[in-house]
Amino acid sequence: MESIKDKVAIVGMGCSKFGERWDCSVWDLVVEAAYEAFEDAGVGPKDMQAAWSGTLGFAGGQSLSYPLKLDYIPITRVENLCGTGLETIRGATYALIAKAYDLVLCVGFEKTKDRGVGGLGSGEPMGGVHPVFGIQGTPPGRYALAATKYLSVYGAEKKHLAMISVKSHYNGARNPKAHLRREVTLEQVLGAPIIAWPLGLFDCCGVTDGAAAAILCRAEDAPKFRNDYITVKALGNASGPGCGKMMTNYDFVHWEETYRATQQVYQQAGIKDPRKEIDLVECHDCFSIAELMCYEAMGFCERGTAKNDIEAGTFALDGEVAFNAGGGLKSFGHPVGASGVREVYEIYKQIQGKAEEPSRQLKNVELGIAHNQGGHPGTFMCSMGIFGVPGR
Amino acid sequence: MAGIVSYGAYIPVYRLDRALIWQTWGGMPVSGEKAVANFDEDTVTMAVEAGNNCLHGIDREDVDGLFLASTTTPYKEKQCASLVAEALDLKRSTMTADFTNSLRAGTIAIRAALDAIAAGTARKVLVVAADCRLGHPSTEYEQGFGDGSAAILLGNSNIIASVDGSHTHYDDILDFWRLDGDTFVRSWEDRFIINHGYMENIQEAVNDIMEKHGLTPSDFSRAVLYAHDGRRHLQLARRLNFDATTQLQDNMFSTIGNTGAAYTLMMLVAALEETKAGEKILVANYGDGADAFILTVTEEIAKLGDRRGIKYHLPSKLPLPNYDKYLRYRGLIQGFAFFENQSSATISWRDRRWNINCRGGKCLVCGNINFPPQRICMYCQSKDQFEEVRLADRKAKLFTYSKDFLGPSLDSPIILCILDFEEGGRFYAQLTDRDPDNIEDGMPVELTFRWMHSERGIRNYYWKCRPLRVA
Repeated sequence: MESIKDKVAIVGMGCSKFGERWDCSVWDLVVEAAYEAFEDAGVGPKDMQAAWSGTLGFAGGQSLSYPLKLDYIPITRVENLCGTGLETIRGATYALIAKAYDLVLCVGFEKTKDRGVGGLGSGEPMGGVHPVFGIQGTPPGRYALAATKYLSVYGAEKKHLAMISVKSHYNGARNPKAHLRREVTLEQVLGAPIIAWPLGLFDCCGVTDGAAAAILCRAEDAPKFRNDYITVKALGNASGPGCGKMMTNYDFVHWEETYRATQQVYQQAGIKDPRKEIDLVECHDCFSIAELMCYEAMGFCERGTAKNDIEAGTFALDGEVAFNAGGGLKSFGHPVGASGVREVYEIYKQIQGKAEEPSRQLKNVELGIAHNQGGHPGTFMCSMGIFGVPGR
Repeated sequence: MAGIVSYGAYIPVYRLDRALIWQTWGGMPVSGEKAVANFDEDTVTMAVEAGNNCLHGIDREDVDGLFLASTTTPYKEKQCASLVAEALDLKRSTMTADFTNSLRAGTIAIRAALDAIAAGTARKVLVVAADCRLGHPSTEYEQGFGDGSAAILLGNSNIIASVDGSHTHYDDILDFWRLDGDTFVRSWEDRFIINHGYMENIQEAVNDIMEKHGLTPSDFSRAVLYAHDGRRHLQLARRLNFDATTQLQDNMFSTIGNTGAAYTLMMLVAALEETKAGEKILVANYGDGADAFILTVTEEIAKLGDRRGIKYHLPSKLPLPNYDKYLRYRGLIQGFAFFENQSSATISWRDRRWNINCRGGKCLVCGNINFPPQRICMYCQSKDQFEEVRLADRKAKLFTYSKDFLGPSLDSPIILCILDFEEGGRFYAQLTDRDPDNIEDGMPVELTFRWMHSERGIRNYYWKCRPLRVA
């Protein structure tokens, strides 16, 4: 296998305002994100030779060609649950390395607020959800299966989960594009209504509309567009056999799929000591417990010890490794197709020193991880990427 | 000779203090409490419970017939006995039939079963009676009706009680009735239906059968008589010259209520739990006429062993705190439940062996249990090397759980569970019949057949788990 490290660059990015965009159609969100990316790269839609459309809800390449009026170019619509956004970048990266195209567009997007009810839809696949096996709990109910187990096995407390949410709200409050822009206190988080015991309202991410876009080319062409481009260091994906909720050997206290995808990307990028080498992680914090178990799955601390680092502030903006500096899913919600690209947007802006609010800007960011996992504890698929300054 | 081979019964865990109904409506108070099916229970699920309890320790291969007796089968066109038979793991050649539309359905089914056994077309026939009737709100019937089920296995060997005589007659009378589309039971004035319906018909049946067999009330140690309600039951016993304290089988009206087509059979189960060899039992049931049977208990009863019936279920209960919750459980007020067309007749048919029968796959290579059944073993990746194993009666412990307040449920929160069987294998299920404040990792649970949800007119059934009713 050949390394993909530093072969592909991101030369323009865009991100819509995330939120309950009642007045906007999904196409409005796509246009908002894509045109920011075009302007950022100094190109236009006619320059795009191919595109990847990442969404659960909208079928076909037309989901991009229609809103952007693209000109009969090849478009691949991808779906890989919560990793859908990162999967657009994976597809585009490989096509560029193969030299099938020179300049391509990735857009991840979702419209979650047209359903008439709160919560995230089932993303019902063709053929439907199984009438009795598939519908027994909601996403928070499923993640809470791991939360109850983790807390009892490792003696962590609900307060440790709450501290993660307090940290992410603090970061999101400093991000103009976030949906939820309010700091919360530990007392507020712990006193909030329970959604799925032990997860309360503030342990759960919001349900949001949004879109994010990226323009990619091979690294050697990148200086034609800008000097502060970033490069793709590694891309991983680990889909488990999907049996943890049925197999007695899954313990519900670790994320095996994230651990496996982490091994892939660390090997590709040559990461030996993530705690020292990685500056920023935008991880899939759909629920506080998800982020907590990512600290361990990604090797930032040993299994069962996350509470110590949470108490020490290791993953805060001013800590050793900032987790979800942009606010995370906690502040951005989870428009499924958009989330992965939106995470890369935060890494891109942090590396460029353009985090908008100075109080959110990290210093000397060189390497960042974007991460998503989708499914049910024990039955996830995980998409991950490492992005950074060229040559690092 | 034909007779009873085994018995079982089921009483839902929830009980409603009748005063809570009376506080809403006033009118004639009825004392005591009544058994109320959980929101996920109905006639089919209660029939499965009683049937499974009755068949405990019995070889199911020997069961040649399953008769389901009820006035409240959930499907009006589509047999419910076939669904119960699948859930009870009965062989495909089992003769199944629904006996419906009469409070007397349970004893009509018993008589038909005895006839089939006498004719030699069946060795053993399981009769399961279950009912979940709704009295019209504000009437004493709303307070009086309860939910429950009983199962009687009939056969011609290992008989615990022989059937030595029987009587049947019909009577065309409108006492209780329902039309298509009626939710609640209709009735005529009680003074008329009690005298000319209930009392006269049972008297006719009992007098006839005793005359035919040259017996008098004092020849019977027990009289199992259908009860219109507690008071009228005692009146009937007096008219028939049975002693209410020494002979009359307790009617459980103040603890369970009138369970319709299941009622007399539940009382019969309670009687069989207490009888000894040599005792003679009179059984008389009412509804559109009357049936009567003379039973003699045999030495075999001592060999049958304990099974779950009335004694097991009656003391184990959870209180329904208010009338609103009762209305919710019975679907009389609808909450908001959002499902997106998650019913499919094809998927339900294709997956009936695990959805309804609860069969997993045991890998012939590594021995691990796969549930749901797989083509490729989850543990050793062998392909298509499985034998089917039924998991319904296996003991399990809770591995982890969550309390999901977000998911649509008539009884929030959904308790989502991972449970591991003692003999291996994992099951993903909701916990029912539970107190949400009394759940912990490692607690023992067992599987129970329940209704999950309905869309497109399809009632989706599956297995949930519950804490043990008796520790």
